Amino acid sequence: MGGEAVPDGQTIAASVLCAERISKSFGTVPVLFSVSMDIKAGEVHALIGENGAGKSTLMKILSGFHQPTSGRILMDGQEMSLPPNGETEKLGVVLIHQELNLAEQMTVEENVFLGREITHRGRLDRQRMADVVQGYLDDIGLNIAPGDRISDLSIAQKQMVEIVKAMSRDARVLIMDEPTATLTEAETSLFFEQIARLKEQGVAIIFVSHKLTEVKEISDRVTVMRDGQWIATQDAGDLTLDAMAQMMVGRELSDLYPPINEADVDADRVLEVKNLYAPDVEGVSFYLRKGEVLGFSGLIGSGRTAVFEAICGLAPIDAGEVLFDGAPAEFTSVSKARDAGVVYLTKDRKGKGLLLDKKMRENLTLFALPKFVRNGSVDRKAETEAMERAVRRFDIRSRDANIDVGDLSGGNQQKLLLAKVMECDPRILIIDEPTRGIDVGTKQQIYHFIAAIAAEGVSVVVISSEMPEIIGVSHRVAVMREGQITGILSGDHINENEIVRYAAGLKRETNHD
Amino acid sequence: MTETAMTQTQKSRFQNFDFKTAGPAIALIILCIIGFLLNPAFLSEGNITNLLTRSAFIGIIAVGATFVITAGGIDLSVGSMAAVIAGVMIIVMNGAVETFGTGVTTVLIGCGCSVILGLGAGFINGFLTTKGKIEAFIVTLGTMGIFRSLVTYFADGGTLSLNYDIRGVYRPVYYDSFAGLPIPVWVFIVVAICGWLLLNRTAFGRYCTAIGSNESVAKYSAIRVDRIKTWTYVLQGLCVSLATIIYVPRLGSASSSTGVLWELEAIAAVIIGGTVLKGGYGRIGGTILGALILTTIGNILNFTDMISNYLNGTMQGLIIIVAVWLQRGDWGRKHKNN
Repeated sequence: MGGEAVPDGQTIAASVLCAERISKSFGTVPVLFSVSMDIKAGEVHALIGENGAGKSTLMKILSGFHQPTSGRILMDGQEMSLPPNGETEKLGVVLIHQELNLAEQMTVEENVFLGREITHRGRLDRQRMADVVQGYLDDIGLNIAPGDRISDLSIAQKQMVEIVKAMSRDARVLIMDEPTATLTEAETSLFFEQIARLKEQGVAIIFVSHKLTEVKEISDRVTVMRDGQWIATQDAGDLTLDAMAQMMVGRELSDLYPPINEADVDADRVLEVKNLYAPDVEGVSFYLRKGEVLGFSGLIGSGRTAVFEAICGLAPIDAGEVLFDGAPAEFTSVSKARDAGVVYLTKDRKGKGLLLDKKMRENLTLFALPKFVRNGSVDRKAETEAMERAVRRFDIRSRDANIDVGDLSGGNQQKLLLAKVMECDPRILIIDEPTRGIDVGTKQQIYHFIAAIAAEGVSVVVISSEMPEIIGVSHRVAVMREGQITGILSGDHINENEIVRYAAGLKRETNHD
Repeated sequence: MTETAMTQTQKSRFQNFDFKTAGPAIALIILCIIGFLLNPAFLSEGNITNLLTRSAFIGIIAVGATFVITAGGIDLSVGSMAAVIAGVMIIVMNGAVETFGTGVTTVLIGCGCSVILGLGAGFINGFLTTKGKIEAFIVTLGTMGIFRSLVTYFADGGTLSLNYDIRGVYRPVYYDSFAGLPIPVWVFIVVAICGWLLLNRTAFGRYCTAIGSNESVAKYSAIRVDRIKTWTYVLQGLCVSLATIIYVPRLGSASSSTGVLWELEAIAAVIIGGTVLKGGYGRIGGTILGALILTTIGNILNFTDMISNYLNGTMQGLIIIVAVWLQRGDWGRKHKNN
C-alpha cells in the first residue's frame, strides 16, 4: 500500500487512517455521535476526554474490534471496513490495550512472535527469533533478555514489550490506551523517547491519556471528546492545560483541589511509627495527627505501599514499633486493623479492590460485612440502605443499579471503592493512588471527598505518584526513597522541587521525628 | 468500552436468566416427562421415593462441594473419603459390640466416629491447600489415593461387613420412613436448607463467593481467606460423613469399590446446577436439581430397553456438557457483538 512510501520527515502526508462521521450504538444505547478523527504518518495524536466520553469505543472502532453503526473508515484514502478481532494488525493497525495483552508465563521472545513464529522445516527457529527480538530491545535501550519471562517484568517493561511486539509487526498506526497510567515519571520519559523514535520512523500514534501535561508534551494534535461527541481537534501547541481540561469537562475547573484547612499542630497523634522494618521497608518513622492529610511521595518501588501494607496486617513486620492512640499495636491481620479503624484502600482497584463480576451492593459491604450481620445472617435491607447512602454521599453514577461493577467506569469504581472502605467508619484511612486512571472531573470530586473525610476528624494518608495531587491535598508530605523516609515536608516546603530532590536522594533529613 | 461491556451483560443476563436459574429445573421436568412417556410407572410413588433416596448420597456430598467450588477450590477425595469412613465406621462398630452390645449406643458411636473422621479429613484437605499452599486439585488427588488405599488395606482387599445384629438396629436409618419420606431424604432436605441459608444468607457464604471471585480482593477486604477456605473443606467432610452415615445401613458393608466416582458425580451435580467451576458463583438449589437430574437419568434407563443401562455414563456425560454449554450462553451472543 501507498503509506509505506511516505519518506521520513514528510509529515504533511495525507491521513493514514481516518474516521469520518462515525456513530456507534450498543443495542439502543448510542455511545458515539458522528465523531471524526484522522491520523497522519509520523504524528502523535492525543485523544482526551472524561471516563465514558467514548474514547475507548472510538479506538476499538479504529482498530476493528467494533464496527461503526454508521460512518466511514478510510485507510490511505480508501474506504474499507476493518477486519475484526485484531486482524487489523495485518494492515499495520495495532491497538495496545490498557490491560496489557501478554501471556504472562511465556518469554518476551515467545510473546513478540506469538501467532507468527519463525519456523525452519516445521521446527521453531528460536535462535533467529531471539536475535530479532534482541535487535529491537537494543534499539529501544531496554535492559531485558528475549528469554525473560513476562511475569518477572515490571509494568513499564511489559509496556515496552507490547511496543516491541507492535514494531515487529511493522505497525503503521499504533493506538495506545493510557500507556502511561501505571508508569513512574522516569519510566514515562523513557517511554516518550520510544514514542519519538517511532514517530521519526513515520509511525502514526494515537495516544489516550488523562495526564494533560503529558499530552501537551508529547502530542502534535489533540482531539477532545465529551459524552460521545467530538468537541475539538487542535494543535497541541495552541492549547493550554486549562483549555484542555475545560473542553473535556464542559465547565470551568477552577478549584481542582479543595481548600486545605489549617493543620492543627496540637491534635493527638493517632498513629506513630518508630523505626519500622518490613519487606521493602528499611527503618521508617513518622507520626499521623488526628484529622490530618499526610502525603506519601516517592518513586514507585520506594516502599510507600509496603509501609502501609505492613501496618495494616497485609505483610509481616520484622522490627519496629507501631503506636495506635499511644498504645503499641501490631495488626496481624487485615480484619484486626479494620476493627481498630485502620483501613487501606488499594491502588489496584481491579485486581485487589473490587469484585468485578459482582454487584455494587455486595462490593460495598464486603469489607465491613460483620457490621451488617444480624442474628447470624446478612441484613439485606441494611445493605441496600447503605448502598443508597453511599450513592448519595460519593455520587456513584450507574445507568442501572444492577450492573456488574466491572461495567462501571473507572471513576465510579474508584468512588465505590472509597465508599467500601468508608463503610468501616475508619479512624485512619490510607489511600494508595486515589485517582489512578480516572478523569479530571472525578479527580476533583475525590480530592474534595478526601478533604471532607479529614475535616470529620479521620486521619488520611495519601500515597501518590502524581506530584500535583500530593501537593494539592496534603498538610504534610513524607518522601520515600529505597525503603526509607528521606524527608517530611510541611507548609511552604511542599513543592515539586523539594519533593523531587528528596525522592532522588539529592537531599536528606538527617534526623526526622 | 464501558458501554459495550454493559450492553453485552444486559443481553447475556437476559439470556442467562432462563438457563442459569430455571435451566436445571426445566431439564429435570423434561426428563420426568420423558420418563413418564416411556413408562408411566416412572411417576409411581414407589419410584419417586426410590429416586429421591438414591439422590440423597450424591446430593448431600454435592452441597458440601458447592461451597468448596464456590470458594475456588475442588475436592476430588470425597468418594474415597466416604469409603474409608464407611470402613472405619464398620470396624469401630464391630469392635464396640463387645463392650456396648448391639444396641443404639454402638450405632451412635459409629456415627460420632464418622463425623469426627469427616471433619478431620476435610480439615487435612483444607490445611494442606491453604497453609501448605498446594493446589486443591493436587492435595485432594493425593488424599483420594490415600483414602482409597486405606479402605482396601482395612478390608484386606475384600469386604468389611457390619455385625449382623447391629445391622438390624441400624437398618431403619436407610429403610424407614418418617411422614411419608424415607429418612435419607429428610437428611438431604435438612442439609440442603442449611446449605442454602449458609451460602445465601450468612457472611460465611458471602466470603466464599468473594474468595472464589477474586482472592486478592477478598484478602484486602479483611477476609481471612485461609480460614474460610479451610472451613469449606471441613464442611465438605461433614457432608461426606452424613452421607456415609445413611449409606452404611443400606448394604452394611464397605469395600474398595465403595463410593467409586462419587466425586465426579458430586462435582457434576454442582456444575449442572449452575455453579461456576472456577468459583465466585454458587447455587445450592441448582446443586440439588443437578443431583436429582443425574439420578433420574440412571433411573429412566432402568425403565426402558431403548438405551442400554450400560450407557448411563454416556447420558450423564452428555447432560453435563449440554448443561454447561447452555449456561455459557456464548452461542447466542456471537452475532450481536457487531
